[in-house]
Amino acid sequence: MQMDGATALIKSLEHAGVDLVFGLPGGAILPVYDPLIESSIRHVLVRHEQGAGHMASGYAHATGKCGVSIVTSGPGATNMVTPLLDAYLDSIPMVVITGQVAYGAIGSDAFQEADTTGITMSVTKHNYLVTEAADIPRVIHEAFHIATTGRPGPVLVDIPKDIVNPAAPQSQMEWYWPESVDLPGYQPTLDGHIGKVKQAVKLIRRAERPVIYAGGGLLRARAAEGLLRFAELTGIPVVTTLMARGVIPDDHPQCLGMPGMHGNYTAVTAMQEADLLIALGARFDDRVTGRLDGFAPDAKIVHVDIDPAELGKVRRPDVPIVGDVRRVLEDLNSQIDKAGGLESQADRSAWKSRISGWQEKYPLTYEPPQPGSDLKPQYVLEQLRDLSPQDTIVASGVGQHQMWASQYWTFRHPYTWINSGGLGTMGYSIPAAIGAKAGAPDTTVWAVDGDGCFQMTAQELVTAAAERIPVKVALLNNGYLGMVRQWQEMFYDERFSEVYLDPNLPDYCKWAEAMGCVAIRVDSAEEVGPAIERANSINDRPVMIEFRTDPVEKVFPMVPAGASNSELLVDPSQRDGSDGATQNGAASNGAATAEASSDGSDENKSEELL
Amino acid sequence: MTSADSVVARSSEPASLHVLTVLVQNRFGVLARVAGLFSRRGFNIYSLAVAPTQDDSLSRITIVVDARSAPLEQVHKQLNKLINVITVRQLDPTNSVERELGLFTVTAAADDPRLVASLEDFGGAEILETGGGSVIVSFSGAPTRVDVLEDTLEQIGITEIQRTGRIALTSVTDATEESDQS
Ligand SMILES: Cc1ncc(C[n+]2csc(CCOP(=O)(O)OP(=O)(O)O)c2C)c(N)n1
Ligand SMILES: [Mg+2]
Repeated sequence: MQMDGATALIKSLEHAGVDLVFGLPGGAILPVYDPLIESSIRHVLVRHEQGAGHMASGYAHATGKCGVSIVTSGPGATNMVTPLLDAYLDSIPMVVITGQVAYGAIGSDAFQEADTTGITMSVTKHNYLVTEAADIPRVIHEAFHIATTGRPGPVLVDIPKDIVNPAAPQSQMEWYWPESVDLPGYQPTLDGHIGKVKQAVKLIRRAERPVIYAGGGLLRARAAEGLLRFAELTGIPVVTTLMARGVIPDDHPQCLGMPGMHGNYTAVTAMQEADLLIALGARFDDRVTGRLDGFAPDAKIVHVDIDPAELGKVRRPDVPIVGDVRRVLEDLNSQIDKAGGLESQADRSAWKSRISGWQEKYPLTYEPPQPGSDLKPQYVLEQLRDLSPQDTIVASGVGQHQMWASQYWTFRHPYTWINSGGLGTMGYSIPAAIGAKAGAPDTTVWAVDGDGCFQMTAQELVTAAAERIPVKVALLNNGYLGMVRQWQEMFYDERFSEVYLDPNLPDYCKWAEAMGCVAIRVDSAEEVGPAIERANSINDRPVMIEFRTDPVEKVFPMVPAGASNSELLVDPSQRDGSDGATQNGAASNGAATAEASSDGSDENKSEELL
Repeated sequence: MTSADSVVARSSEPASLHVLTVLVQNRFGVLARVAGLFSRRGFNIYSLAVAPTQDDSLSRITIVVDARSAPLEQVHKQLNKLINVITVRQLDPTNSVERELGLFTVTAAADDPRLVASLEDFGGAEILETGGGSVIVSFSGAPTRVDVLEDTLEQIGITEIQRTGRIALTSVTDATEESDQS
C-alpha cells in the first residue's frame, strides 16, 4: 500500500501498540499531526514540552508500557532535553518523536533548526535521524524495541519535515511492518550465568549479616514477585532505594525501608554493618553509598544487573551477574529451594535482633506539633497516606517534600511511587502524575509537590483540567527552596542565600483555580484531614491543596555532605550520644560535619551536589 | 631488531596508550557516539583510524587513547552499550600487529645526501614527489618506526606531516587471542 511518511509514522505507532501520546505541535511536525486526527491514538495536548516528556515518564512508571511524546523541531526538541536525561538516568522506556527541518535544509540554520540528534546523543539510549520515508516503520519498530528491552531508556526519532509532507514526492513510500529487528550490536544478556548464580547462592547461604539492596531495576524488570519470594525463601531483610519504594510492601516484616542520605537509621545501618549485600537492579548511587570509601566496609557484594557497565562501576562485586533480574531471581530462587530453602540458611538470629533493636530505638520521627505551632509536613503526609486508598499512586517533586513523601508513605504495591531519582528534576511531579493518571485512570493519583517545584511546571494543571485527567496535588508550601535552605542552615552557617520564596506570592489557590482546579488552603492540623477527604471525593477535575507548612522543618535522618553513612544524623530528639550509636551527638543544630571534614574532606563537601 | 625498534616512545607521546579496536555498523553518527564517550570523560584520543571492512556494512575503528588518569574498563563497557557497536576489543601490544603510514614534506632535494642517508634504514620509504626544493616522503611501518623516521627527517627540516594514526589487528600467530565482548 502506497502512503506518505506521516501516515506511515502514525500507523507505525499504532502497530507498536501506542494508544496515548503527549505532545505539542509546531511547524516541522505539522504533517504528522494531520493523520493523527483519524488515528485511534489519544493525544494529550501539553502546555510545555517538558511536561510532555515527564508525562510520558509517569505513564511508563505506572503502566510498565513505553511512554510516547511528539514535539516539534528546535525549541520543542530542546524543551525535551531535561525529560530525556531524566528518563535516561532512571531507565524509563520512552520514545520521543521530534520534527526536523527538511532534510535538504539541515545544517543551514533554517528556522527552528536544532541539531537534535547531536544535542540528545548523550541523554538517550539511542537516537535516529530518519532520512528516507521508507525507513520510518523500521526505525519506529527498532525505537520501541530498544526503549523497552534490556536496560530500558529513552529513544529519540528525529523526522525531517519533507519525508512526512504528503506534498513532497520524497514522502511517498510503500507500507510495511517489519516482523523482527536486525540490530547485531544490541543483544542484551537476559539469563544469568548459572555458575555465578550458584556462587551467589553459596555466599547467600553462609552470610551472617546479609541485606538485599533492592533497586529500581526490579521495577523495570517487573520482578516484584520474584523479589518477594527470594526474600521469603532466605529470610533476608530488604532495603528499598528511592527508585524501588514499593517493590516489596513497606509493611512486610522484612522490609527495612529506604537507605541513603535521607534513609532511616535501620536501613542505612544494616547496609553499613552487612557482611553481604545482594544488589538487585541497583547502581550504588552516591546518594545511597555516602562517602564511598566508608560504605559497607565489611560487605561482600553480589550484584545483579542487566547492564554490564553497572557491574564494578562503583564497587567491585564479588559475584557479578549480568542478566534480567527477573530471570536471575527465578534461578536464584530455584537454587535456594533445591539447597533446602530457609532451613539451609545460616543462623541469623543475632542479626535479626540487632536490626529490630535499631528499629525500636530509631524509628522515623519528628517533633510533634505544639498547639498553635506551624503545620508539620510529616503530619500532612501521614494523614494523606492514612486517608487515601492503599493503591494510591504518589508522584513527587524534588526537595524536602520528596524525602518526606518517600519516608512517611507506606507503599503497599509496586509501581505506586513515581519520582525523579537520578536527575532530581524539580517540576517532575505534576506532569508525571498526569501521565500516571492518564495510564491508570481508575487509580487515585496524588502529586506531592513543593512550592519551588510547583512554580516550574504548574501550567500542566491546565492540561489536566482540559483533558479531564483529575490528578490531585498536595502542595507543601514552606515558602522556601526548602532542601537548599536546609543545606545552608546546616553546612553554610545559616547564611541563607536566595532560597526564600514568599508563601503568599503567588497566591497558589487563585492560580490553581484559574487553571481549572478545585483549590483548598490548609493552615492548621485540624483542617488537614477534612481537606484531604474532600479532595479524595472529587473526581471530575484536578484538585490542589495548599498546605502551609513549617518553613524551617528539616529532613532527618541525614548523612551530612561528604560524610560516610556511619555518620548518619538522626532526628534531634533521638540524639543523646551516650549509647554507642553512630549518630553524631555533638551537633545541636545538625551541623555535624566535624568528623567528615577533619580528614580533609572539604573537597568532598564541595563536590556534593544538591 | 634494529636499534630504531628499541626506541619505545618519544617524550611527546603519553606513556599509557591503549589501543581499542571497535567494529561498528556503518551508520552516520557512529563516530560521534564513539568519540563522545571519550571526550565526556576528558580522555584524549591520541589517534583514530576508521574505514570499512570486508563487509561494507561494517567499519573498523582503531582508537589509541591516553587513559592514564582513569581505567579504560568503563569506557570499554559503555562502548559495548552503543547500539551501533558490534564488538570492542582492547588490543594487547604483545599480541597484535600495528602499522601506521606517514607522509612528510621535507625541505631537501631528492639527492640531498642527508635525506638519502636517512631513508637508508627505512625499507619501503619512498619519495612520492619532488619540486620547489622539497620532497614528499612516504613510509609505512610500526608506529615507533614512523616516530623514528619523523625525528630523523626533523633534523633536515619538515614543513608538513600527516600520519594516519595506527591501525591494528590481533595477531594470527598466537592462540591466546582475546575474546570479543559484545
Ligand atoms: C531544576 C532544578 N533546579 C534546581 C534544583 C536544586 N534543588 C534541589 S531541591 C530544591 C528546592 C526545592 O524547593 P521546593 O520545591 O519548594 O521543595 P522543598 O525542598 O521546599 O520541599 C532545589 C532548588 C533541582 N533539583 N532541580
Ligand atoms: Mg518549598
